[in-house]
Amino acid sequence: METFLQLLIYGLQLGSIYALIALGYTMVYGIIGLINFAHGDFLMVGAFVALFAVTLFGLGFVPALLISMIITGLLGVSIERIAYKPLRKRPRLSALITAIGVSIVLENFPRALPFIGPAPRPFPQMIPMVKFNVLGVSTNSVQLIMIALSVLLMVMLQIIVTKTQIGRKMRAVSLDKDAASLMGINVNSVISVTFFIGASLAAAGGIFYASTYPMIDVYMGIVLGLKAFIAAVLGGIGNIPGAMVGGIIMGIAEIFATSINSDLGYGIGFVILIFILLVRPAGIMGKFTIEKV
Amino acid sequence: MLEIKDLHVSYGAIKAVKGISFEVREGEIVTLIGANGAGKSTTLRTISGLEATAGGTITFMGQNINNMPPHKIVELGISHVPEGRRVFTNLSVIDNLKLGANLRKDKEAVKKDMKKVFELFPILEKRQNQLAGTLSGGEQQMLAVGRALMTKGKLMLLDEPSMGLAPMIVENIFEIIKEINNEGTTILLIEQNAYMALSIADRAYVLETGNIVLEGSASDLAENDEIKKAYLGA
Ligand SMILES: Nc1ncnc2c1ncn2[C@@H]1O[C@H](COP(=O)(O)OP(=O)(O)O)[C@@H](O)[C@H]1O
Ligand SMILES: [Mg+2]
Repeated sequence: METFLQLLIYGLQLGSIYALIALGYTMVYGIIGLINFAHGDFLMVGAFVALFAVTLFGLGFVPALLISMIITGLLGVSIERIAYKPLRKRPRLSALITAIGVSIVLENFPRALPFIGPAPRPFPQMIPMVKFNVLGVSTNSVQLIMIALSVLLMVMLQIIVTKTQIGRKMRAVSLDKDAASLMGINVNSVISVTFFIGASLAAAGGIFYASTYPMIDVYMGIVLGLKAFIAAVLGGIGNIPGAMVGGIIMGIAEIFATSINSDLGYGIGFVILIFILLVRPAGIMGKFTIEKV
Repeated sequence: MLEIKDLHVSYGAIKAVKGISFEVREGEIVTLIGANGAGKSTTLRTISGLEATAGGTITFMGQNINNMPPHKIVELGISHVPEGRRVFTNLSVIDNLKLGANLRKDKEAVKKDMKKVFELFPILEKRQNQLAGTLSGGEQQMLAVGRALMTKGKLMLLDEPSMGLAPMIVENIFEIIKEINNEGTTILLIEQNAYMALSIADRAYVLETGNIVLEGSASDLAENDEIKKAYLGA
Protein backbone atom coordinates (compact mmCIF):
# COMPACT_ATOMS: atom_id res chain seq x y z
CA MET A 1 0.00 0.00 0.00
CA GLU A 2 2.74 2.44 0.88
CA THR A 3 4.66 1.58 -2.27
CA PHE A 4 1.46 2.08 -4.19
CA LEU A 5 0.94 5.57 -2.76
CA GLN A 6 4.59 6.35 -3.23
CA LEU A 7 4.44 5.43 -6.90
CA LEU A 8 1.16 7.28 -7.28
CA ILE A 9 2.79 10.52 -6.13
CA TYR A 10 5.64 10.13 -8.58
CA GLY A 11 3.13 9.26 -11.28
CA LEU A 12 1.05 12.33 -10.52
CA GLN A 13 4.09 14.54 -10.70
CA LEU A 14 5.26 13.18 -14.03
CA GLY A 15 1.69 13.04 -15.28
CA SER A 16 1.03 16.68 -14.51
CA ILE A 17 4.11 17.57 -16.56
CA TYR A 18 2.87 15.48 -19.47
CA ALA A 19 -0.51 17.13 -19.10
CA LEU A 20 0.94 20.65 -19.31
CA ILE A 21 2.77 19.74 -22.50
CA ALA A 22 -0.13 17.75 -23.96
CA LEU A 23 -2.34 20.83 -23.60
CA GLY A 24 -0.30 22.70 -26.21
CA TYR A 25 -0.56 19.88 -28.72
CA THR A 26 -4.27 19.65 -28.21
CA MET A 27 -4.97 23.40 -28.28
CA VAL A 28 -2.99 23.96 -31.45
CA TYR A 29 -4.60 20.95 -33.08
CA GLY A 30 -8.00 22.21 -31.99
CA ILE A 31 -7.50 25.65 -33.44
CA ILE A 32 -5.66 25.05 -36.73
CA GLY A 33 -5.76 21.28 -37.15
CA LEU A 34 -1.98 21.00 -37.01
CA ILE A 35 0.06 18.47 -35.06
CA ASN A 36 2.84 20.83 -34.07
CA PHE A 37 5.85 18.53 -34.08
CA ALA A 38 7.97 21.39 -32.80
CA HIS A 39 5.89 21.66 -29.63
CA GLY A 40 8.15 19.35 -27.61
CA ASP A 41 11.04 21.69 -28.28
CA PHE A 42 9.26 24.54 -26.54
CA LEU A 43 9.74 22.76 -23.24
CA MET A 44 13.48 22.59 -23.91
CA VAL A 45 13.57 26.29 -24.78
CA GLY A 46 11.62 26.98 -21.60
CA ALA A 47 14.11 25.04 -19.50
CA PHE A 48 17.09 26.82 -21.05
CA VAL A 49 15.56 30.26 -20.67
CA ALA A 50 14.95 29.50 -17.00
CA LEU A 51 18.51 28.19 -16.65
CA PHE A 52 19.96 31.44 -17.97
CA ALA A 53 17.51 33.54 -16.00
CA VAL A 54 18.82 31.88 -12.85
CA THR A 55 22.51 31.50 -13.62
CA LEU A 56 23.12 34.76 -15.51
CA PHE A 57 20.60 37.08 -13.91
CA GLY A 58 20.27 35.46 -10.52
CA LEU A 59 16.48 35.37 -10.65
CA GLY A 60 14.46 33.26 -8.26
CA PHE A 61 12.12 30.46 -9.19
CA VAL A 62 8.91 32.40 -9.75
CA PRO A 63 10.37 35.24 -11.86
CA ALA A 64 12.42 32.73 -13.85
CA LEU A 65 9.30 30.65 -14.47
CA LEU A 66 7.26 33.67 -15.56
CA ILE A 67 9.97 35.08 -17.82
CA SER A 68 10.55 31.71 -19.40
CA MET A 69 6.83 31.23 -20.01
CA ILE A 70 6.58 34.66 -21.64
CA ILE A 71 9.66 34.28 -23.84
CA THR A 72 8.73 30.75 -24.91
CA GLY A 73 5.16 31.87 -25.52
CA LEU A 74 6.39 34.67 -27.78
CA LEU A 75 8.62 32.21 -29.59
CA GLY A 76 5.55 30.04 -30.21
CA VAL A 77 3.66 33.03 -31.58
CA SER A 78 6.54 34.00 -33.91
CA ILE A 79 6.92 30.46 -35.21
CA GLU A 80 3.24 30.29 -36.03
CA ARG A 81 3.38 33.65 -37.83
CA ILE A 82 6.54 32.89 -39.78
CA ALA A 83 6.29 29.18 -40.49
CA TYR A 84 2.68 28.01 -40.25
CA LYS A 85 0.46 30.96 -41.11
CA PRO A 86 1.57 31.21 -44.76
CA LEU A 87 0.60 27.55 -45.17
CA ARG A 88 -2.80 27.74 -43.56
CA LYS A 89 -4.71 27.37 -46.81
CA ARG A 90 -2.34 24.77 -48.24
CA PRO A 91 -2.66 21.00 -47.87
CA ARG A 92 -2.14 19.94 -44.27
CA LEU A 93 0.90 17.88 -45.10
CA SER A 94 2.86 21.06 -45.94
CA ALA A 95 2.44 22.47 -42.45
CA LEU A 96 3.17 19.09 -40.89
CA ILE A 97 6.47 18.81 -42.73
CA THR A 98 7.25 22.42 -41.88
CA ALA A 99 6.68 21.60 -38.22
CA ILE A 100 9.28 18.86 -38.43
CA GLY A 101 11.66 21.37 -40.00
CA VAL A 102 10.98 23.90 -37.24
CA SER A 103 11.70 21.20 -34.69
CA ILE A 104 15.07 20.43 -36.28
CA VAL A 105 15.97 24.12 -36.25
CA LEU A 106 14.89 24.59 -32.63
CA GLU A 107 17.09 21.69 -31.55
CA ASN A 108 20.13 22.33 -33.66
CA PHE A 109 20.39 26.09 -33.61
CA PRO A 110 21.02 26.20 -29.84
CA ARG A 111 23.21 23.13 -30.21
CA ALA A 112 25.46 25.19 -32.49
CA LEU A 113 25.63 28.11 -30.06
CA PRO A 114 28.85 28.09 -28.04
CA PHE A 115 27.13 28.91 -24.76
CA ILE A 116 24.62 26.08 -25.10
CA GLY A 117 26.10 23.29 -27.21
CA PRO A 118 25.28 19.60 -27.33
CA ALA A 119 26.36 18.54 -23.85
CA PRO A 120 23.80 18.13 -21.06
CA ARG A 121 23.76 20.89 -18.45
CA PRO A 122 22.89 20.59 -14.81
CA PHE A 123 19.72 22.46 -13.96
CA PRO A 124 19.90 24.53 -10.78
CA GLN A 125 17.89 23.62 -7.74
CA MET A 126 15.61 26.61 -7.40
CA ILE A 127 13.29 25.50 -4.65
CA PRO A 128 14.70 24.47 -1.27
CA MET A 129 14.36 20.71 -0.97
CA VAL A 130 12.59 19.71 2.23
CA LYS A 131 11.83 16.04 2.61
CA PHE A 132 8.99 14.75 4.70
CA ASN A 133 7.02 11.67 5.42
CA VAL A 134 3.27 11.40 5.27
CA LEU A 135 1.69 8.07 6.26
CA GLY A 136 4.94 6.28 5.47
CA VAL A 137 5.13 7.86 2.03
CA SER A 138 8.16 10.01 1.50
CA THR A 139 7.74 13.15 -0.54
CA ASN A 140 9.37 16.55 -0.74
CA SER A 141 8.71 20.21 -1.18
CA VAL A 142 9.77 20.28 -4.85
CA GLN A 143 7.44 17.47 -5.78
CA LEU A 144 4.44 18.95 -4.01
CA ILE A 145 5.04 22.46 -5.29
CA MET A 146 5.37 21.17 -8.87
CA ILE A 147 2.12 19.26 -8.64
CA ALA A 148 0.36 22.22 -7.07
CA LEU A 149 1.64 24.65 -9.70
CA SER A 150 0.64 22.31 -12.53
CA VAL A 151 -2.85 22.01 -11.13
CA LEU A 152 -3.01 25.78 -10.69
CA LEU A 153 -2.00 26.38 -14.33
CA MET A 154 -4.53 23.84 -15.56
CA VAL A 155 -7.34 25.34 -13.50
CA MET A 156 -6.44 28.79 -14.84
CA LEU A 157 -6.50 27.49 -18.39
CA GLN A 158 -9.84 25.83 -17.86
CA ILE A 159 -11.29 29.08 -16.51
CA ILE A 160 -9.87 31.06 -19.42
CA VAL A 161 -11.29 28.66 -21.99
CA THR A 162 -14.74 28.22 -20.49
CA LYS A 163 -15.49 31.52 -18.79
CA THR A 164 -13.82 34.39 -20.62
CA GLN A 165 -14.38 36.18 -23.90
CA ILE A 166 -11.01 35.09 -25.29
CA GLY A 167 -11.95 31.51 -24.39
CA ARG A 168 -15.24 31.84 -26.25
CA LYS A 169 -13.34 33.26 -29.19
CA MET A 170 -10.91 30.35 -29.14
CA ARG A 171 -13.74 27.83 -29.16
CA ALA A 172 -15.52 29.70 -31.95
CA VAL A 173 -12.38 29.93 -34.08
CA SER A 174 -11.61 26.26 -33.57
CA LEU A 175 -15.08 25.36 -34.80
CA ASP A 176 -15.52 27.73 -37.74
CA LYS A 177 -13.00 30.41 -38.71
CA ASP A 178 -15.19 32.10 -41.32
CA ALA A 179 -18.18 32.35 -39.01
CA ALA A 180 -15.89 33.63 -36.25
CA SER A 181 -14.47 36.36 -38.46
CA LEU A 182 -18.03 37.40 -39.36
CA MET A 183 -18.48 38.15 -35.66
CA GLY A 184 -15.63 40.62 -35.93
CA ILE A 185 -13.18 38.22 -34.32
CA ASN A 186 -9.59 38.68 -35.45
CA VAL A 187 -8.87 35.03 -36.18
CA ASN A 188 -5.12 35.58 -36.50
CA SER A 189 -4.77 37.09 -33.08
CA VAL A 190 -6.87 34.33 -31.51
CA ILE A 191 -4.54 31.77 -33.11
CA SER A 192 -1.57 33.72 -31.75
CA VAL A 193 -3.01 33.71 -28.25
CA THR A 194 -3.51 29.96 -28.52
CA PHE A 195 0.11 29.41 -29.54
CA PHE A 196 1.25 31.69 -26.74
CA ILE A 197 -0.66 29.73 -24.11
CA GLY A 198 0.40 26.36 -25.54
CA ALA A 199 4.09 27.25 -25.72
CA SER A 200 4.16 28.89 -22.31
CA LEU A 201 2.54 25.85 -20.68
CA ALA A 202 5.18 23.70 -22.37
CA ALA A 203 7.87 25.98 -20.92
CA ALA A 204 6.38 25.48 -17.46
CA GLY A 205 6.31 21.72 -18.09
CA GLY A 206 9.97 21.82 -19.15
CA ILE A 207 11.00 23.70 -16.04
CA PHE A 208 9.02 21.39 -13.77
CA TYR A 209 10.60 18.40 -15.48
CA ALA A 210 14.09 19.85 -15.16
CA SER A 211 13.46 20.64 -11.50
CA THR A 212 12.83 16.94 -10.93
CA TYR A 213 15.35 15.40 -13.32
CA PRO A 214 17.97 18.16 -13.24
CA MET A 215 19.91 17.58 -16.46
CA ILE A 216 18.84 19.42 -19.58
CA ASP A 217 20.02 19.31 -23.19
CA VAL A 218 18.77 20.50 -26.55
CA TYR A 219 17.16 17.18 -27.37
CA MET A 220 15.20 16.78 -24.14
CA GLY A 221 11.99 17.81 -25.88
CA ILE A 222 11.94 14.91 -28.31
CA VAL A 223 11.01 12.01 -26.07
CA LEU A 224 9.12 14.11 -23.57
CA GLY A 225 7.21 15.77 -26.38
CA LEU A 226 6.41 12.43 -27.94
CA LYS A 227 5.02 11.09 -24.69
CA ALA A 228 2.96 14.21 -24.14
CA PHE A 229 1.67 13.87 -27.68
CA ILE A 230 0.58 10.32 -26.89
CA ALA A 231 -1.12 11.70 -23.79
CA ALA A 232 -3.00 14.20 -25.97
CA VAL A 233 -4.09 11.42 -28.34
CA LEU A 234 -5.05 9.27 -25.37
CA GLY A 235 -7.28 12.03 -24.00
CA GLY A 236 -8.70 12.85 -27.42
CA ILE A 237 -6.68 15.31 -29.48
CA GLY A 238 -8.36 18.70 -29.59
CA ASN A 239 -9.99 18.13 -26.21
CA ILE A 240 -8.57 20.19 -23.34
CA PRO A 241 -9.79 18.20 -20.31
CA GLY A 242 -8.80 15.12 -22.34
CA ALA A 243 -5.19 16.29 -22.49
CA MET A 244 -5.13 16.74 -18.72
CA VAL A 245 -6.59 13.30 -18.06
CA GLY A 246 -4.40 11.69 -20.74
CA GLY A 247 -1.27 13.26 -19.25
CA ILE A 248 -2.02 12.07 -15.73
CA ILE A 249 -2.79 8.54 -16.93
CA MET A 250 0.42 8.44 -18.98
CA GLY A 251 2.53 9.61 -16.04
CA ILE A 252 1.04 7.14 -13.60
CA ALA A 253 1.26 4.26 -16.08
CA GLU A 254 4.87 5.07 -16.82
CA ILE A 255 5.93 5.20 -13.19
CA PHE A 256 4.16 1.94 -12.34
CA ALA A 257 5.59 0.22 -15.40
CA THR A 258 9.07 1.50 -14.57
CA SER A 259 8.79 0.05 -11.08
CA ILE A 260 8.38 -3.34 -12.71
CA ASN A 261 11.01 -2.89 -15.38
CA SER A 262 12.66 0.26 -16.67
CA ASP A 263 12.45 -0.74 -20.33
CA LEU A 264 8.78 -1.40 -19.86
CA GLY A 265 8.46 2.09 -18.38
CA TYR A 266 10.04 3.59 -21.46
CA GLY A 267 7.81 1.64 -23.83
CA ILE A 268 4.51 1.79 -21.96
CA GLY A 269 3.49 5.00 -23.72
CA PHE A 270 3.68 3.31 -27.08
CA VAL A 271 1.73 0.33 -25.81
CA ILE A 272 -0.95 2.76 -24.64
CA LEU A 273 -0.87 4.52 -28.01
CA ILE A 274 -1.37 1.30 -29.96
CA PHE A 275 -4.08 0.19 -27.59
CA ILE A 276 -6.02 3.43 -27.78
CA LEU A 277 -5.74 3.58 -31.56
CA LEU A 278 -7.18 0.09 -31.75
CA VAL A 279 -10.05 0.37 -29.31
CA ARG A 280 -10.93 4.05 -29.22
CA PRO A 281 -9.13 6.06 -31.87
CA ALA A 282 -10.88 9.29 -30.88
CA GLY A 283 -9.34 9.08 -27.40
CA ILE A 284 -10.99 8.94 -24.00
CA MET A 285 -12.85 12.25 -24.22
CA GLY A 286 -12.79 12.84 -27.96
CA LYS A 287 -15.63 12.57 -30.39
CA PHE A 288 -14.85 10.55 -33.44
CA THR A 289 -14.63 12.62 -36.57
CA ILE A 290 -13.03 11.58 -39.80
CA GLU A 291 -9.99 13.75 -40.00
CA LYS A 292 -7.24 13.89 -42.54
CA VAL A 293 -3.87 14.61 -41.01
CA MET B 1 -24.50 52.77 -48.87
CA LEU B 2 -23.00 49.74 -50.61
CA GLU B 3 -21.76 50.04 -54.15
CA ILE B 4 -20.37 47.13 -56.16
CA LYS B 5 -18.66 47.97 -59.45
CA ASP B 6 -17.59 45.39 -62.01
CA LEU B 7 -16.83 42.77 -59.34
CA HIS B 8 -14.97 39.63 -60.40
CA VAL B 9 -14.31 36.66 -58.12
CA SER B 10 -12.63 33.38 -59.00
CA TYR B 11 -11.92 30.11 -57.26
CA GLY B 12 -8.75 29.08 -59.02
CA ALA B 13 -9.79 28.61 -62.65
CA ILE B 14 -13.50 28.79 -61.85
CA LYS B 15 -14.94 32.25 -62.49
CA ALA B 16 -17.81 32.46 -60.03
CA VAL B 17 -18.65 36.17 -60.41
CA LYS B 18 -18.00 37.83 -63.74
CA GLY B 19 -18.17 41.57 -63.47
CA ILE B 20 -21.35 42.44 -61.63
CA SER B 21 -22.41 45.91 -60.53
CA PHE B 22 -25.17 46.82 -58.14
CA GLU B 23 -25.93 49.05 -55.23
CA VAL B 24 -27.83 49.05 -51.97
CA ARG B 25 -29.11 52.39 -50.69
CA GLU B 26 -29.59 53.25 -47.06
CA GLY B 27 -32.82 51.89 -45.60
CA GLU B 28 -33.60 49.53 -48.46
CA ILE B 29 -34.21 45.83 -48.65
CA VAL B 30 -32.45 44.67 -51.80
CA THR B 31 -32.55 41.10 -52.93
CA LEU B 32 -30.24 39.16 -55.18
CA ILE B 33 -32.03 36.16 -56.60
CA GLY B 34 -30.75 33.39 -58.79
CA ALA B 35 -30.48 29.65 -59.16
CA ASN B 36 -28.10 27.43 -57.27
CA GLY B 37 -24.51 28.14 -58.30
CA ALA B 38 -25.25 31.57 -59.79
CA GLY B 39 -22.65 33.22 -57.56
CA LYS B 40 -24.88 34.73 -54.89
CA SER B 41 -23.01 33.43 -51.86
CA THR B 42 -19.69 34.22 -53.46
CA THR B 43 -20.82 37.82 -53.87
CA LEU B 44 -21.75 38.12 -50.20
CA ARG B 45 -18.62 36.36 -49.02
CA THR B 46 -16.53 38.76 -51.06
CA ILE B 47 -18.30 41.80 -49.63
CA SER B 48 -17.50 40.47 -46.16
CA GLY B 49 -13.87 39.87 -47.03
CA LEU B 50 -13.99 36.08 -46.89
CA GLU B 51 -13.05 35.78 -50.57
CA ALA B 52 -10.56 37.93 -52.45
CA THR B 53 -11.67 40.06 -55.37
CA ALA B 54 -10.17 39.37 -58.79
CA GLY B 55 -11.25 42.78 -60.05
CA GLY B 56 -13.67 45.63 -59.47
CA THR B 57 -14.43 47.65 -56.36
CA ILE B 58 -16.62 47.34 -53.29
CA THR B 59 -17.45 50.62 -51.62
CA PHE B 60 -19.22 50.81 -48.28
CA MET B 61 -20.28 54.22 -46.97
CA GLY B 62 -17.79 55.91 -49.23
CA GLN B 63 -14.88 53.69 -48.24
CA ASN B 64 -13.22 51.12 -50.47
CA ILE B 65 -13.33 47.81 -48.60
CA ASN B 66 -11.75 45.55 -51.23
CA ASN B 67 -9.73 42.80 -49.60
CA MET B 68 -9.99 44.22 -46.11
CA PRO B 69 -9.83 41.52 -43.42
CA PRO B 70 -13.33 40.31 -42.47
CA HIS B 71 -13.18 41.47 -38.86
CA LYS B 72 -12.44 45.03 -40.01
CA ILE B 73 -15.42 44.95 -42.33
CA VAL B 74 -17.66 43.89 -39.44
CA GLU B 75 -16.25 46.78 -37.48
CA LEU B 76 -17.21 49.19 -40.27
CA GLY B 77 -20.81 48.02 -39.94
CA ILE B 78 -21.55 45.07 -42.19
CA SER B 79 -23.08 42.04 -40.49
CA HIS B 80 -23.47 38.77 -42.34
CA VAL B 81 -25.76 35.81 -41.70
CA PRO B 82 -23.95 33.11 -43.62
CA GLU B 83 -25.39 30.36 -45.76
CA GLY B 84 -26.18 27.28 -43.69
CA ARG B 85 -26.38 29.32 -40.44
CA ARG B 86 -22.95 28.34 -39.16
CA VAL B 87 -23.81 28.91 -35.51
CA PHE B 88 -21.17 27.84 -32.99
CA THR B 89 -22.67 24.49 -32.10
CA ASN B 90 -20.13 23.91 -29.32
CA LEU B 91 -21.18 27.09 -27.49
CA SER B 92 -24.35 27.95 -25.64
CA VAL B 93 -26.96 30.20 -27.24
CA ILE B 94 -26.04 33.06 -24.94
CA ASP B 95 -22.32 32.65 -25.71
CA ASN B 96 -23.10 32.77 -29.44
CA LEU B 97 -24.90 36.06 -28.89
CA LYS B 98 -22.11 37.44 -26.70
CA LEU B 99 -19.61 36.67 -29.43
CA GLY B 100 -21.72 38.69 -31.83
CA ALA B 101 -21.13 41.66 -29.55
CA ASN B 102 -17.44 40.99 -28.99
CA LEU B 103 -16.28 44.22 -30.66
CA ARG B 104 -18.63 46.43 -28.72
CA LYS B 105 -17.50 48.23 -25.61
CA ASP B 106 -20.79 49.71 -24.41
CA LYS B 107 -22.06 47.03 -22.03
CA GLU B 108 -25.39 48.75 -21.43
CA ALA B 109 -26.25 48.97 -25.13
CA VAL B 110 -25.21 45.34 -25.59
CA LYS B 111 -27.58 44.30 -22.81
CA LYS B 112 -30.38 46.27 -24.41
CA ASP B 113 -29.75 44.67 -27.77
CA MET B 114 -29.66 41.23 -26.20
CA LYS B 115 -33.10 41.95 -24.76
CA LYS B 116 -34.26 43.06 -28.18
CA VAL B 117 -33.03 39.84 -29.74
CA PHE B 118 -34.92 37.88 -27.10
CA GLU B 119 -38.04 39.92 -27.89
CA LEU B 120 -37.70 39.10 -31.58
CA PHE B 121 -36.95 35.44 -30.87
CA PRO B 122 -38.48 34.45 -27.51
CA ILE B 123 -37.43 30.86 -28.05
CA LEU B 124 -33.77 31.87 -27.85
CA GLU B 125 -34.30 33.28 -24.38
CA LYS B 126 -35.77 29.99 -23.24
CA ARG B 127 -32.89 28.09 -24.77
CA GLN B 128 -30.14 30.51 -23.77
CA ASN B 129 -28.10 28.04 -21.75
CA GLN B 130 -28.45 25.19 -24.22
CA LEU B 131 -25.69 24.35 -26.67
CA ALA B 132 -26.48 25.86 -30.06
CA GLY B 133 -25.91 22.46 -31.64
CA THR B 134 -28.99 21.12 -29.89
CA LEU B 135 -31.33 23.70 -31.48
CA SER B 136 -33.65 22.86 -34.37
CA GLY B 137 -32.86 24.22 -37.84
CA GLY B 138 -35.30 27.10 -37.49
CA GLU B 139 -33.97 28.01 -34.06
CA GLN B 140 -30.41 27.94 -35.37
CA GLN B 141 -31.42 30.32 -38.15
CA MET B 142 -32.94 32.63 -35.55
CA LEU B 143 -29.73 32.44 -33.55
CA ALA B 144 -27.68 33.19 -36.67
CA VAL B 145 -29.81 36.31 -37.27
CA GLY B 146 -29.71 37.24 -33.57
CA ARG B 147 -25.95 36.87 -33.47
CA ALA B 148 -25.58 39.10 -36.52
CA LEU B 149 -27.88 41.67 -34.90
CA MET B 150 -25.57 41.74 -31.90
CA THR B 151 -22.74 42.98 -34.11
CA LYS B 152 -24.94 46.06 -34.67
CA GLY B 153 -24.17 46.46 -38.34
CA LYS B 154 -25.73 49.20 -40.43
CA LEU B 155 -26.04 46.78 -43.33
CA MET B 156 -27.06 43.15 -42.86
CA LEU B 157 -26.26 40.53 -45.48
CA LEU B 158 -28.53 37.49 -45.33
CA ASP B 159 -27.64 34.36 -47.27
CA GLU B 160 -30.68 32.16 -47.91
CA PRO B 161 -32.31 32.43 -44.49
CA SER B 162 -35.19 30.24 -45.72
CA MET B 163 -33.02 27.29 -46.65
CA GLY B 164 -34.28 23.99 -45.31
CA LEU B 165 -36.98 25.52 -43.11
CA ALA B 166 -40.69 24.76 -42.88
CA PRO B 167 -42.91 27.36 -44.63
CA MET B 168 -44.36 28.67 -41.37
CA ILE B 169 -40.94 29.32 -39.95
CA VAL B 170 -39.83 30.95 -43.19
CA GLU B 171 -42.75 33.39 -42.95
CA ASN B 172 -41.80 34.15 -39.38
CA ILE B 173 -38.17 34.82 -40.31
CA PHE B 174 -39.18 37.09 -43.18
CA GLU B 175 -41.50 39.03 -40.87
CA ILE B 176 -38.55 39.60 -38.61
CA ILE B 177 -36.30 40.67 -41.46
CA LYS B 178 -38.88 43.32 -42.30
CA GLU B 179 -38.98 44.39 -38.69
CA ILE B 180 -35.20 44.65 -38.52
CA ASN B 181 -35.31 46.79 -41.63
CA ASN B 182 -38.04 49.00 -40.19
CA GLU B 183 -35.85 49.68 -37.21
CA GLY B 184 -33.18 51.10 -39.45
CA THR B 185 -30.94 48.29 -40.69
CA THR B 186 -30.38 48.14 -44.43
CA ILE B 187 -30.73 44.63 -45.85
CA LEU B 188 -29.13 42.75 -48.72
CA LEU B 189 -30.97 39.46 -48.99
CA ILE B 190 -30.03 36.49 -51.09
CA GLU B 191 -32.63 33.91 -51.91
CA GLN B 192 -33.51 31.01 -54.12
CA ASN B 193 -37.00 31.42 -52.77
CA ALA B 194 -37.65 34.34 -55.13
CA TYR B 195 -41.30 34.63 -54.25
CA MET B 196 -40.65 35.35 -50.58
CA ALA B 197 -37.71 37.61 -51.33
CA LEU B 198 -39.59 39.75 -53.85
CA SER B 199 -42.52 40.06 -51.46
CA ILE B 200 -40.48 41.98 -48.89
CA ALA B 201 -37.80 43.66 -51.03
CA ASP B 202 -37.76 47.17 -52.47
CA ARG B 203 -35.49 46.33 -55.38
CA ALA B 204 -34.06 43.16 -56.87
CA TYR B 205 -31.27 41.91 -59.09
CA VAL B 206 -31.28 38.59 -60.91
CA LEU B 207 -28.00 36.74 -61.07
CA GLU B 208 -27.29 34.01 -63.61
CA THR B 209 -23.95 32.20 -63.78
CA GLY B 210 -21.96 35.11 -62.47
CA ASN B 211 -23.76 37.90 -64.35
CA ILE B 212 -26.62 40.21 -63.47
CA VAL B 213 -29.26 39.67 -66.14
CA LEU B 214 -32.15 41.72 -64.81
CA GLU B 215 -32.78 44.43 -62.27
CA GLY B 216 -35.67 46.57 -61.16
CA SER B 217 -38.14 47.24 -58.42
CA ALA B 218 -39.24 44.10 -56.63
CA SER B 219 -42.87 44.59 -57.65
CA ASP B 220 -41.92 44.96 -61.34
CA LEU B 221 -39.79 41.86 -61.26
CA ALA B 222 -42.53 39.89 -59.54
CA GLU B 223 -44.70 40.67 -62.59
CA ASN B 224 -41.95 39.92 -65.12
CA ASP B 225 -42.79 36.90 -67.30
CA GLU B 226 -39.25 35.57 -67.48
CA ILE B 227 -38.91 35.74 -63.74
CA LYS B 228 -42.26 34.10 -63.26
CA LYS B 229 -41.19 31.25 -65.49
CA ALA B 230 -37.71 30.79 -64.15
CA TYR B 231 -38.07 31.49 -60.45
CA LEU B 232 -41.67 31.70 -59.40
CA GLY B 233 -42.78 28.38 -60.83
CA ALA B 234 -45.53 29.92 -62.98
N1 LIG C 1 -14.98 27.15 -52.27
C1 LIG C 1 -15.23 26.99 -53.58
N2 LIG C 1 -14.30 26.43 -54.38
C2 LIG C 1 -14.52 26.27 -55.70
N3 LIG C 1 -15.64 26.65 -56.31
C3 LIG C 1 -16.61 27.21 -55.59
C4 LIG C 1 -16.45 27.41 -54.19
N4 LIG C 1 -17.58 27.99 -53.70
C5 LIG C 1 -18.39 28.14 -54.77
N5 LIG C 1 -17.82 27.67 -55.90
C6 LIG C 1 -18.40 27.71 -57.26
O1 LIG C 1 -18.69 29.05 -57.57
C7 LIG C 1 -19.95 29.14 -58.22
C8 LIG C 1 -20.87 30.04 -57.44
O2 LIG C 1 -21.18 29.45 -56.19
P1 LIG C 1 -22.02 30.19 -55.08
O3 LIG C 1 -21.57 31.57 -54.96
O4 LIG C 1 -22.01 29.34 -53.88
O5 LIG C 1 -23.48 30.15 -55.74
P2 LIG C 1 -24.90 30.38 -55.08
O6 LIG C 1 -24.73 30.91 -53.71
O7 LIG C 1 -25.58 31.33 -56.00
O8 LIG C 1 -25.60 29.06 -55.08
C9 LIG C 1 -20.46 27.70 -58.37
O9 LIG C 1 -20.11 27.25 -59.66
C10 LIG C 1 -19.71 26.95 -57.31
O10 LIG C 1 -19.52 25.62 -57.70
MG1 LIG D 1 -25.30 30.06 -51.98
